[in-house]
Amino acid sequence: MTFHHHTLANGLQIVGETSPKALSAAIGFFVRTGARDEEPAVAGVSHFLEHMVFKGTERRTYLDVNKDFDRIGANYNAYTSEENTVFYAVVLPEYLPDAIDILADILRPSLRNDDFDKEKNVIIEEINMYLDQPMSSAYEQGRRIHFNDHPLGNSVLGTAQSVGELSREQMHDYFARRYVAANVTVAVAGNVDWPKLVGMVEEHCGRWNSGPVERHHVREAAGSRQFQLVTKESVTQEHVLLFSNGPPAHSPLRYAAQVLSVVIGDDSGSRLYWALVDPGLVESADTGFSEYEGAGCFITSFICEPDGTAKNLEIVRELLRDVQKTGITKEELQVAKSKVTSREVRHNERPRGRMFAVGMNWTYLKQYRTVDDELQAFDAVTLEQVREVLDRYPLDQTTTLALGPLAKLDGHKKNGK
Amino acid sequence: MPQEIHQHTLPNGLTLLAEHMEHVRSATLNFLVPAGCVNDPPTKLGVASVLSELIVRGAGKRDNRALTLALDSLGVDRGESVLAIHTQFSAGTLARNLPQTLEIYADILRRPHFPAEEMEAVQALALQDLQGLEDEPRHKVMIELARHHYPNPLGQDRRGTVECIKNLTIDDVRGQYRRLFRPRGTLLTVAGNLDWPKLRDQVERLFGDWQGGEEPMLTLGPRPPKRKHVAKETAQTQIALAYDSVPIQHPDFYAARAAVDVLSGGMSSRLFTEVREKEALCYAVSASYRAFKDRASIFCYAGTTNERAQRTLDVILRELKKLKDGIEPGEVARVQAAIKSALIMQQESTSARAGAMALDWYYLGRVRGFEEIQTAINSLTPEGIVDHVRRFPAQDFTAVTLGPKPLEIPA
Repeated sequence: MTFHHHTLANGLQIVGETSPKALSAAIGFFVRTGARDEEPAVAGVSHFLEHMVFKGTERRTYLDVNKDFDRIGANYNAYTSEENTVFYAVVLPEYLPDAIDILADILRPSLRNDDFDKEKNVIIEEINMYLDQPMSSAYEQGRRIHFNDHPLGNSVLGTAQSVGELSREQMHDYFARRYVAANVTVAVAGNVDWPKLVGMVEEHCGRWNSGPVERHHVREAAGSRQFQLVTKESVTQEHVLLFSNGPPAHSPLRYAAQVLSVVIGDDSGSRLYWALVDPGLVESADTGFSEYEGAGCFITSFICEPDGTAKNLEIVRELLRDVQKTGITKEELQVAKSKVTSREVRHNERPRGRMFAVGMNWTYLKQYRTVDDELQAFDAVTLEQVREVLDRYPLDQTTTLALGPLAKLDGHKKNGK
Repeated sequence: MPQEIHQHTLPNGLTLLAEHMEHVRSATLNFLVPAGCVNDPPTKLGVASVLSELIVRGAGKRDNRALTLALDSLGVDRGESVLAIHTQFSAGTLARNLPQTLEIYADILRRPHFPAEEMEAVQALALQDLQGLEDEPRHKVMIELARHHYPNPLGQDRRGTVECIKNLTIDDVRGQYRRLFRPRGTLLTVAGNLDWPKLRDQVERLFGDWQGGEEPMLTLGPRPPKRKHVAKETAQTQIALAYDSVPIQHPDFYAARAAVDVLSGGMSSRLFTEVREKEALCYAVSASYRAFKDRASIFCYAGTTNERAQRTLDVILRELKKLKDGIEPGEVARVQAAIKSALIMQQESTSARAGAMALDWYYLGRVRGFEEIQTAINSLTPEGIVDHVRRFPAQDFTAVTLGPKPLEIPA
């Protein structure tokens, strides 16, 4: 496997890890923009724009875009997060030039009015779909109150109202500011002819507008430590989330944070598993660690019968207090490393996995890291580093949100909608 | 890169299939035990699910905690799932940990403790699981669709009923295990960077003297009513449709699969284009092929705001019926490209290969090579697919809806 890197004159970055024996090739366009970069008036624009990118260009209608991808048997999609919008395709190597031709073209979308109006309905349907999924609603509202005034609390989807009121001009303005060449990384992995790839990206993207891009409020989050109960009588189970702060994406402590989250809340054999899942107190429970530019967070969540909520919440708080106070054991650290190693290896076996890893590392760190670099970093995590994570980001200082049929919980009155 | 697939059936009937994948560092193993939820006795619905939770709570020389710790220490990502016909155990790990992982699975399948003291917790989990389904309307509507489309017990859900689960005893679970867990009909598929002679010898040693169990008799009941509305105050109405297709051994199988892909493979497929792109009626719409050994169906799904639901249903039905009027060569080319691409990319994934080998063996009694599938796909024509659709048209629908209001479904 070989790493390559090239920067176009307009600032667009191209990175790749090529392996000539791979059976497929993966390519992604990583645009460093997402919900955190939105003003309240345009909430949801990043995600809506991601949809509009598939609606066509001067050369292609939306039907052409779909047909051109399908004609080459591409496995393609896009997603929008709090801080990235990623468009990707995985193809057989002989179709990589076609995939570049389509992706580079659609990233300069026409944003036609009739497409814009029609797609708005699809977005509103997507928002409605998630409204019927209580954990998704709870997650969005929990982020909002935990991050509070920090833009990482912004909703990716926006609301039916914010999306409904969005104009084509506002979207175009956002596009013009955020989709400039210097804000885009093209990442490839697998069976890729590198010089040919660079030539094609140059040809298709070399004339993209340049210009400065800013991201405001890149800082750690304070974490509101609020408690909120959202009562929804139509929901059957209670959905509970606890947020606390964690190290950001550029921090060397992120490996220790990841390992710590596995010890606390992996779906097998973790502290949370033994405390809640094994005794049958909940439907499910887990802890995850998410890293962002400038900030990070641990999220522990569980779903249970409403009656058990108060007791379960106390068990979780006690568990977090205990880890905060006494840390984790050497054996726990070892087992967590075994799990992480196995997952890293398996997730990175396909060009698809490598493309995402290479693209993300470049977007966040401007670094190339091999699978073995990552394995070594996890292997090097010590109990002292885990302690440092806990000291700097106390696990027991949580923002809590519960959503479900309960009208009262934990002595707190109903304060949601 | 030529495929390297090995097969070995033990005298007791357990079949081992393995694919050596030189370029990976991992391995996935997959057990299909013929102990799916269709075998749950009518008064013990949910027992297979409870069994699948309990069976990993102590086996061989290890108790509940020790067993979990042993698998976690090997970096095994595992899952136990109860399907209609089978209970599936899958485990992915580093290739070097495969032999030790297999030792543990031999304990789980052959020497489970079924500790009585864990029974209550496992029942509680099963009840939570059942309740949680109420918060997943999309999942729920598809479960109801299966229940209404197939003669009982083929369509019954693994979760069982509250009453049955509450009344289960540890002896019910142990009895179910003794009755159904058996080598004959059990399939072990392994894909990854493995050593075939060593694997074969190890499986001989671990499972060669496994005996017991018998083939259960399955009596099918009548088909349930084909219409069902689940009333629920949701933001979206869930729409689920099913109609019959041909099973995998049928000469029309590839044409049937292609017809589904014309409807729902990729974003230029007909349902996506007509329902979502042209009319913006919904976010999610799809059709998929589902098979038993002796029968198969097409399941369709859409979720949409209540006031658009009737229109969504009407457009889907129109498109299903329109298939017989003709298919474009471009549509067939797209289907061929997608299948070819998926076949080749499958070779990069140990879990995909372990899964595909198991399905082939179960349905066909052999593993299809890429060339066989490729040849079949290449010979697809618009006329051939249309002929199939005329022989097996989309009709006689089972329809389930979930939402505030029922929809009008033509007979």
